[in-house]
Amino acid sequence: MSNVLLTVAGLGKRFGGFVALSEVALQIVEGERLGLIGPNGSGKSTLVNCLCGTLHNDSGQVTFGGRKLNGLSAHQRTRLGIARSFQLPRPFPTLTLAENVRVPILYTANIKRGRVVADPRQRCEELLDLVGLLPKANDKPADLTQIEMRKLELARAMASEPRLLIADEAMAGLSHQEVNDILALLMKLNGQGVTIIMIEHIMRAVLAFSQRLVVLVAGRKIADGSPQDVIRQPDVVAAYLGS
Amino acid sequence: MHNIRFTLLALVAAVVTFAVARLIDNAYVFFAGYVVLQYVVLATAWNILGGYTGYVNFGTAAFFALGAYTSVVLHKTVPLLPLPVMMLLGGMISGIIGLGMGYLTLRLRGTYFSIATLAMAVVAQTLITNWNFVGGSRGAYIIRPAESPLFAGDYIQYLFVIMLLLSVISVSIARAIQHSRLGYGFSAIRDDELAAEASGVPTLRLKLIATTISGGLMGMAGAPLPYYVTYLDPASGFSLSYAINTIAMPLIGGTATWFGPVIGAILLGTLQQLATVTISSALSLLLVGLLLVGFVIAAPKGIVGWLSR
Amino acid sequence: MDLSFDLLGNALVSGLLLGGFYAAVTIGVSISFGMLDIVNIAHPAFVILGSYTAYIANSVFGFDPILASIVLLPAFYLLGVAIYHVYDVSFERRGDASIRGLAFFFGILFITEVTLVLVFGVDYRLVDAPYIGPSLHIGVIDLPLRLLIPCLVSLALIGTLQLFMSYTFVGRAVQAVAQDPMALRLMAADPSRIKRIAFGLSIASASIAGAILIVIQPVEPSIARDYIGRIFAICVMGGLESFGGMVIAAMILGIMESLTSTFYGPSWSPAVAFGFLLLTLAIRPAGLFGRR
Repeated sequence: MSNVLLTVAGLGKRFGGFVALSEVALQIVEGERLGLIGPNGSGKSTLVNCLCGTLHNDSGQVTFGGRKLNGLSAHQRTRLGIARSFQLPRPFPTLTLAENVRVPILYTANIKRGRVVADPRQRCEELLDLVGLLPKANDKPADLTQIEMRKLELARAMASEPRLLIADEAMAGLSHQEVNDILALLMKLNGQGVTIIMIEHIMRAVLAFSQRLVVLVAGRKIADGSPQDVIRQPDVVAAYLGS
Repeated sequence: MHNIRFTLLALVAAVVTFAVARLIDNAYVFFAGYVVLQYVVLATAWNILGGYTGYVNFGTAAFFALGAYTSVVLHKTVPLLPLPVMMLLGGMISGIIGLGMGYLTLRLRGTYFSIATLAMAVVAQTLITNWNFVGGSRGAYIIRPAESPLFAGDYIQYLFVIMLLLSVISVSIARAIQHSRLGYGFSAIRDDELAAEASGVPTLRLKLIATTISGGLMGMAGAPLPYYVTYLDPASGFSLSYAINTIAMPLIGGTATWFGPVIGAILLGTLQQLATVTISSALSLLLVGLLLVGFVIAAPKGIVGWLSR
Repeated sequence: MDLSFDLLGNALVSGLLLGGFYAAVTIGVSISFGMLDIVNIAHPAFVILGSYTAYIANSVFGFDPILASIVLLPAFYLLGVAIYHVYDVSFERRGDASIRGLAFFFGILFITEVTLVLVFGVDYRLVDAPYIGPSLHIGVIDLPLRLLIPCLVSLALIGTLQLFMSYTFVGRAVQAVAQDPMALRLMAADPSRIKRIAFGLSIASASIAGAILIVIQPVEPSIARDYIGRIFAICVMGGLESFGGMVIAAMILGIMESLTSTFYGPSWSPAVAFGFLLLTLAIRPAGLFGRR
């Protein structure tokens, strides 16, 4: 019997007359690895933004760890345990890598459950070491390569000690080997008990990673199941290859 | 502990400054020193919002003048109130206005926020200009007491000491913020508000804290002004030169640390006082403008960034 | 009753004319802020500079101030090109245009104002022209030529710029440059050059705006500040997207100020512009006529 961590029910979001999400329903259990795919403009990023509180959904309900999230702002959701990496990395450019990671430690990990991280500096080093960026702890983000930027993004997301990590195209534009690096990193995090939603275009990575696959097309969920079944589903094939 | 030690050191520096000024024994030193110190407070206060969180306030003059006019009102209604109490009340009024300005950040970013602060300053000036109780556009006369209430000496020495203490307080606050959790949150907001929220930073609350502290300190710096100038009218209280100076000083000194505004205010403030005496006040303002433009072009990180290179 | 109706009618008409003039002061910022995304808060200072050059042409050489300002257009254009060049090299190319760019123009505003004070002092200056003084009368309505001519000149200026923007390659490139510099580059147009031309034009407009300003009222250096709020209020209200929206916003503001000034006294009128700006920003940052 596994615990449900996140429940999305009847989620809807419009921008003016454009329907970005419609009646999206979804459940994730604790410790799961979920792949979220769909063509460009299918509403994946809008869904992520509605989960994280960057946007507010017009209808429906998101429940996380038994708590209704409607009306909570982004930072409150982060404190409850939802972390994200941004599609285009958004580091704090005037802060060093160590300081970048320190912000969520100070504002999230330290506040949750009323405890204080004994030594934030040591925790920063652990996190940077986890993603292999420790040697660059005192550099500024401008000095990083693409893949290092993604790793920093993941380290910063992990610094808030999330229960759910949403990796929004953390691998776009990376080389074959680099994709494997990030994949290994995400598997490692999952091994530590973090539930992960991976949004990705690189099918190889999604299939290698996901235990379950959800497909969004034009703001609706059209498939939800084991990866092997889902990618054979005719409407999924049609959405990806054109009918 | 570090913060307390720093404040104590700053207090020692303040005592030394005052002792040296007494030794020179020239009233002009106190008159000029007061203005320089007033700019240390204003530049530091501006930087808490502008430098730390990246929201550029063009309305310094309004916060400053509201503090000054609070004193005018108090002087007319409760004349026996000690100056430090007036400063606290002036600071509260400006702090409340600052809080209101903070809510503007909900909808306005970047340039729009800056223009709104400028607009706020003009609205405040118009209200004061049309308020006869404080003299309206004709201005108000305030009689400066002859003697310092605390120690033997002229009242201007008392004003100097008050401003010196306020400088110590402001700089200590700015420094404490810079090295605290709040400082990291402010930097995160300046760099990327969306990413800051995603990192758990309550951006609105932090911005409200910044605008309130910044506005409040500006109001406190303005409260003694009526006693310094003895005649206050809206045109001089709301003068644009306060706004330009408080932006120029941190930008010239460096906005990333508490030290930048202090060094900028001392250098530029002293330079202006000298230029006003030796050349003319218009030329000294021209100097500020030229230095501001020169520094933003040539030294993006100010004197501090320049020294640490 | 009759009297107050006359008062109202005249206040409306002079507000409309005043608004027409405000549009000329604003058009430069509509170009720099609205199209190029350059926050030139120093624009009003250039307008005042325009007033003073018209003043010199008029008082020293006896030229008509408005004609003189048209002759001086190239000089202002070059000034704009030079300023844009400095701005481009120092800020835009470093990708750091926000705070320091704003401080740069704030500094320029200040330098211009103080320089004018040093050269001309703080006395009010005015010009002499045959249309300053007489009025047309239509029923109870007065149409002072002092306001009518500036309004017409302003509308002509805006019409010309509108034609330029709509029908020339450079004009259309200016409208595109803020949205998509890459597409421009693909069309073999250098975005920097396009912006330089546009910024030159925006400063050139200040020459004419300055001349009609000094026709309407006596000028001293610090009145530039009064116009910062008006200009940005109009720009933001107009929605930054079309000259048409801007002109309507300018006229609304002119009428509001004129009514305030007639019925409550001129000392309240600055609060109208800025109060309206604050309200617009708080309620509808995209402007009254904006689509965003």
